Parts: sequence; C-alpha cells; structure tokens
Amino acid sequence: MTDIRPEQAYFAHLAQGKFMLQRSSSSGRFFFYPRVAEPRTGAQDLEWVEASGRGTVYATTVVRVKPPQPPYNVVLVDLEEGPRIMSRVEGIAPELVRIGMKVKARIGTQDEKSILLFDVADDEEAVA
Amino acid sequence: MTRDRFPRGKSAIVGAATYGMGEAPGMSSMDLAVSASVKALSQVGLKPSEVDGLFIGLPDDFLSGLTFAEYLGIQPRITENNRTGGSAFLTHAMWAALAIESGQCDVALIAYGSNQRTASGGLVSAMRPSSYEAPYKLSRPVGAYALATSRYMHEYGLKREQLGEVALAARQWAQLNPDAFMRDPLSMEDYLKSRMVSDPICVRDCCLVTDGAAAVVMVSARRAKDLVARPVYLLGAAAATDHRDITSMPDLTTTAAVHSGARAFAQAGVKPSDIDVVELYDAFTINTLLFLEDLGFCKKGEGGAFVEGGRIAPGGQLAVNTNGGGLSCVHPGMYGLFTMVEATQQLMGLAGQRQVQDAKLALAHGNGGELSSQATLVLGIEETL
Repeated sequence: MTDIRPEQAYFAHLAQGKFMLQRSSSSGRFFFYPRVAEPRTGAQDLEWVEASGRGTVYATTVVRVKPPQPPYNVVLVDLEEGPRIMSRVEGIAPELVRIGMKVKARIGTQDEKSILLFDVADDEEAVA
Repeated sequence: MTRDRFPRGKSAIVGAATYGMGEAPGMSSMDLAVSASVKALSQVGLKPSEVDGLFIGLPDDFLSGLTFAEYLGIQPRITENNRTGGSAFLTHAMWAALAIESGQCDVALIAYGSNQRTASGGLVSAMRPSSYEAPYKLSRPVGAYALATSRYMHEYGLKREQLGEVALAARQWAQLNPDAFMRDPLSMEDYLKSRMVSDPICVRDCCLVTDGAAAVVMVSARRAKDLVARPVYLLGAAAATDHRDITSMPDLTTTAAVHSGARAFAQAGVKPSDIDVVELYDAFTINTLLFLEDLGFCKKGEGGAFVEGGRIAPGGQLAVNTNGGGLSCVHPGMYGLFTMVEATQQLMGLAGQRQVQDAKLALAHGNGGELSSQATLVLGIEETL
C-alpha cells in the first residue's frame, strides 16, 4: 500500500487548483480533514475525489478585530458530499452571511498560498 | 458495554481551596497551584508528603505533574497529568475515586493554577489551530463558541437577552462572593451595549481572563469522617469526548455532556430535579444553556426560556454557578477545578452570603476545548449515601 500523506497531498491539490476530498472506496463515505484512515472504521482504502464545491452555510460568525482592520467572516460549511469544513464567504459583507445560504467553493490566494474560499452560489442570489 | 461499577460514595472530598483569585502578580502558575494545595491540605491537617496520588495540569508546563512533585519534594505513587482541556480536573476526580477504591493511592490531590492575567495579559493556551483552519483566523476559543451560538440561535430562536440573563445571574452571584473578580452591577442595558467580539458573542458573553488557583483533596469515605465533619462524597463521575475543533463537533447545539451527565446521574442514582446546587463550566454564556439542557435540567431548545426572569440568579428556582462562575468570579485559562471547589464549599455549608440553604446534592460540570470534552460529577453529603 502506498503511504498516504494527507496534509501534503491536500495542499498540493489545492495549489494545482483542485479541491479534493478523501473517500473510503468500500464505504463510499467522504470525510474532512484528510487522514490516513477513515474515522470509526479505520479503513485505509482511501481515494481522492474532486469535490463538487457546493455547500450550505451551517454556522457563521463575524470576527471583530481592532480597527482600522475590517471585520471578517468565518463559516462552517456543510459540503454536498457530507463533510463540514471551516472557511470564509467572500463577496458580501461579513454580517450578511446567513445560515442556510448556498455557497460555492473557489480557490484563492492568501499570504502567497492557495486557500479554499466560498462565494454565494448563483442560485442563492436568484432567491435573494 | 461493560456494566458501570463506579464506586458510588466510596471516596470523598475533604479539603477544597482557592488561591490568588483575580490577580496574583509576581507568582508563577506553579507557585499558585502549590499555594492552593497547601491551603487545602492544611484544612484537614495533612502535609504534602502524605499526598500519594497527584493529579494536575498547568497551562504553561507540559510536565507539570513532575514539576509539582519536585517543588514539594513528594514522590506520589500516581502522577496524573491528563489533558482534556478545562474538564481535566473533573476527570481527575473520576480517576482519583477509582484509584482510592482500588488502593492505588490514599490521599489524592487535584491541583491547578495560572498566572495568565498578570504574566501575559491574555489567555494562555496550548491549543494550536490545524493547517486546515489557521488561514481563516477564527479567534479561538471565542469564535468557536460564537459559531455554536449562531447555530443555536438559528435552530431555537434564542434571543440575545436570554444570553444576557446568564451573564446577569453570574454577576449577581459574584456580588455575594468576596473572592469574585467582577462584582460591579451589570444591567441588561450594559450587556446589550457591550462590544461585539465575534458575532453573536459580545464581551459580556465571555469569561474573564484572571489569575487563580484551586486544589481539592480526596480520600476514602472511611477516612474522610475522621478528617472533617461534613465530607463531600463523590456519588457519580463520568466523562465524554467527541471532537477537538468545533468543525468536527457533530451537532453544534448538543454537547457530549448528554453522555457524561446521563452516566454520572445513573451512577449516583439521582436525577437533575434532585440537585440543589449546579456548577457549570461557563466559559461563554451559551455553555450554561447547553449544559442545563444536555444535563437534563430542561429540554433541548428551552435553555433560553429556562433562565429568564432570574431563575438561575440568587433567589431564583435553581442555584447555578453560585461563585459567579467563569463569567464573573474567576477564569484562569482552565476553570474546571473551580466548579468542584464551589460545589464542595456549598455542600460543606461554607459559602457565606451565597450559601444555598440545605444543599445536599451538587453537580459540577467541566468543559474542555471547544465544547469538546465534557465531565460531570455528582456530589453529596452523608445523608445522600
């Protein structure tokens, strides 16, 4: 069996513009963060699958830092594939991010590194 | 699962003390922990050299069990340095009870101290965010509790005023406690006007950042009666863990206290409505609501309504966080042991102006990490055995 190097592989994918999730091929279950074994089962028949990028905001906060730095948003997003992930919704004021909002993943850059971000999904804007 | 054979009532707390509450300039965390320990031991005429079961975890010393033993020149048979965050000390009590019952130790000391306020002016934490989460700069731990609060508000329509009730009740209890750090009056208007830190959590939803130390001495129930007039028996003790980072918490509105509480109550053979004094780990106001629900004092989603009208304040129907809690009394990084000290003082009848009349049964509940690790103790006086 080839060694799994979860963190290295995840960020290497991200640097290549791909948001990849791990899945156990026997159970078909996705999980995040990347690991060397599936939670609970310990299964190591893991494969990387490109995520749909579709998700729903599960929880949200606005971090109020010392002015003049602007406040920013941190969310937990429930991905369509199942796992929950921490991220930031961009493109709207941080306090306008709502629980239940449909969001779409995008890979951006922060501090010269690739970072997974979310935008409000097109179909969500149509509803709003 | 094997049947739970927790030794109900076989061990007891005989000494409980705090030290350096609020600010203790010039003292190290270890100086503080030792000061509280010597004080708790001296209450029952014991010397450090008689401690053969040591349970400790300091925020700034990874090997604090070894340091403490060296500091006091003791050679414990058990040196336990478990780290489940702020709940660690309640799990220490669980292990101490088992160790005492099986003869692994005779005198167990549980100790904690931190000088975080005067030494650094901020929270001292060994928690480091993972590479997957660090880039989003969630302010931790407050941001994690803010995420939980946001979800709870979404699911149950919780109002900020209901969180405010928790903060106000804590402050009113603190006003009855000369050792409490914040005793100025706090009104709902003050609460609602206080600065947002991480929406929807404001400054008055957050615990204090103080110095402080606590220590608890446990012995067998047989020996306890020779040492103290009113021992506080450990009737039930259970812990549960389900995640570390808030992202991995299965449901942000329900904690593992559901499990630790149910097991501790079953061991003790009592139910929430039997409890006279409730000490909950209130790092943030949402904790008090979640734990009241998860431990069975009210139903899920009803915590906000439950605390309205001063129900958990002095003179209310349920005495909760009678020392003023982490919100208004003391919160030196990890608060767990202070819930045990306050529960003990209440059951021993030593709580002064804030004494709950005829307190026979108390619950102490610890929380660690980001609602991650939960530990519940049920404590009682002799007639509850």
